Amino acid sequence: MADRNFSATRIPGFATIAVAAFVVLYLPIFTLVIYAFNAGQSIAVWEGISFHWFAKAWANEAVKSATLRSLIIAVSASAIATSVATMAALGTTRRPAFRGQTFIYVMINQPLMVPEIVTAVALLIFFGVIKQATGYQGLGYLILAHTAFCIPFAYLPIRARLEGMDLSLETAAADLYASDWQTFRFVTLPLLFPGIIAGAMLAFVISLDDVVITEFVKAGGQDTLPTYMLGQMRRAITPEVNAISTGLLALTVVLLTAFFLLTRKKG
Amino acid sequence: MSMESEARSRQTRRAWALSTPALLLLFLAAAGPLLIVLVYSFLLPGKYGNVEWGFSLDGWRGILYSRDIFDGSLKLADAHLTIFWRSVKLSLLTTIITFVVGFPTAWFIATRAPKARAMWLFLITIPFWTNLLIRTFAINEVLRNEGIVNTVLTKAGLIDAPIRMINTDFAVLVGMAYVYLPLMVLPLFAAIDRFDMKLLEAGYDLYASRMAVLRRVILPIVKPGIVAGSILVFVPSLGAYVTPRVLGGGKNMMIGNFIELQFGQGRNWPLGAALSMALLMIVMVALLVYVRAATKGSNPHG
Repeated sequence: MADRNFSATRIPGFATIAVAAFVVLYLPIFTLVIYAFNAGQSIAVWEGISFHWFAKAWANEAVKSATLRSLIIAVSASAIATSVATMAALGTTRRPAFRGQTFIYVMINQPLMVPEIVTAVALLIFFGVIKQATGYQGLGYLILAHTAFCIPFAYLPIRARLEGMDLSLETAAADLYASDWQTFRFVTLPLLFPGIIAGAMLAFVISLDDVVITEFVKAGGQDTLPTYMLGQMRRAITPEVNAISTGLLALTVVLLTAFFLLTRKKG
Repeated sequence: MSMESEARSRQTRRAWALSTPALLLLFLAAAGPLLIVLVYSFLLPGKYGNVEWGFSLDGWRGILYSRDIFDGSLKLADAHLTIFWRSVKLSLLTTIITFVVGFPTAWFIATRAPKARAMWLFLITIPFWTNLLIRTFAINEVLRNEGIVNTVLTKAGLIDAPIRMINTDFAVLVGMAYVYLPLMVLPLFAAIDRFDMKLLEAGYDLYASRMAVLRRVILPIVKPGIVAGSILVFVPSLGAYVTPRVLGGGKNMMIGNFIELQFGQGRNWPLGAALSMALLMIVMVALLVYVRAATKGSNPHG
């Protein structure tokens, strides 16, 4: 062949499209972050650098309480979801096929398959009935709703980790007269731990980011950070929203980087 | 024999016992309430929202038909059909756009050297996990009348007045393609990553052109990834709520916003419930298609 640089895997134009795709993916996000540092009122005209909008967002009572609420919900929901997902993963992996296995898988992954708007409407109706019957109006509904859709996200990395662990160490422990609990506590759990942390972090990020279900389930005055932002977008937008976005974005990137480091190292 | 079967049933009980807390929570706050929606779709609308007890098919009928205010006759509801058509059209276009851009991107990532590949993969994963609202908001800032595109074009002297892009179908399409692109790239990458590159050399050795190799060798083999990516983009596009709300404004509704409307100003909960169930059924059909295609794909001659 005359073409000395011929490479079978290279398809002309693909690299250009790919790089362009990455630029298009990141450019709007970068712009959003940069304008969070804008000194002026506008999110399009640059007037110099300042932390003014971060300070303003931080001083805003509505933002403060929404942040606190988001964190309470995300921490509770990811903790509960991760605990029950760990149990379910221990129950459903590393064993021969059993009756009802498919049912359990489908149930656990159900939140990934049903459109969010449908779940949101279903919970609006269901919780509405319960609210009327019990009179309870608190954060419990949001925590319960978030827990449910966080379960598959916690379950998947934990299950993946478990499937990579063979049973020989547990068998050895049992042979050495360790009780079931001791085997779990001193053998299985330490080995599984990176998977559990990874699952918990994904669940946390998913809960923190949720808009649709929260928007339908929340009672008046129960805004989370995303639903607060959604409400703000209908008004004149100031860089305050950029500042909040930047904060959320930074948190997501930190958690994801940690997640990658955790799951990359194969134990 | 009996000992073995007993050990087995004990294991099965343990599996169920360990899964029970998760299943209970999921039934309580995900699967169970769907049954209530199904029931509500067959009830009568209440005057001030909610429902009245009484069997009626009006919710389901209302998906396609509306009753004439004067003589009470049923006729096709054009407004509803417009919304369905917009939803389907925009979702299909989103799927096509993300494929056309996503396939080369996935190919590019999969053919990098291992270290660079991990980096590019991480770069595509970050937007994937980034808040959808933030990404929609970012696109909003690009498209707005005072946004980046219009500011740049005005400063460059190419336009006098800003091009109105926000609150149009175009904005919704751009927004959805933008937010769902990673959902297309990731399964495509997984499929291409498993693809044996030696097949390409075989193709070229047999004097196939690049186009022929792409069409006759690559695409058929990575088909399961294409199907997976298309479903992953199509399904959330069809149920999209945030993106059309922020970028489409009140007029350019999609099914998701239309459902919300029934629970708000529309005060027609049975219709909203019926619409939700219909959307769910469409999604289930799409998922079945996916499962079929995926299991076929595992057959090496598929």
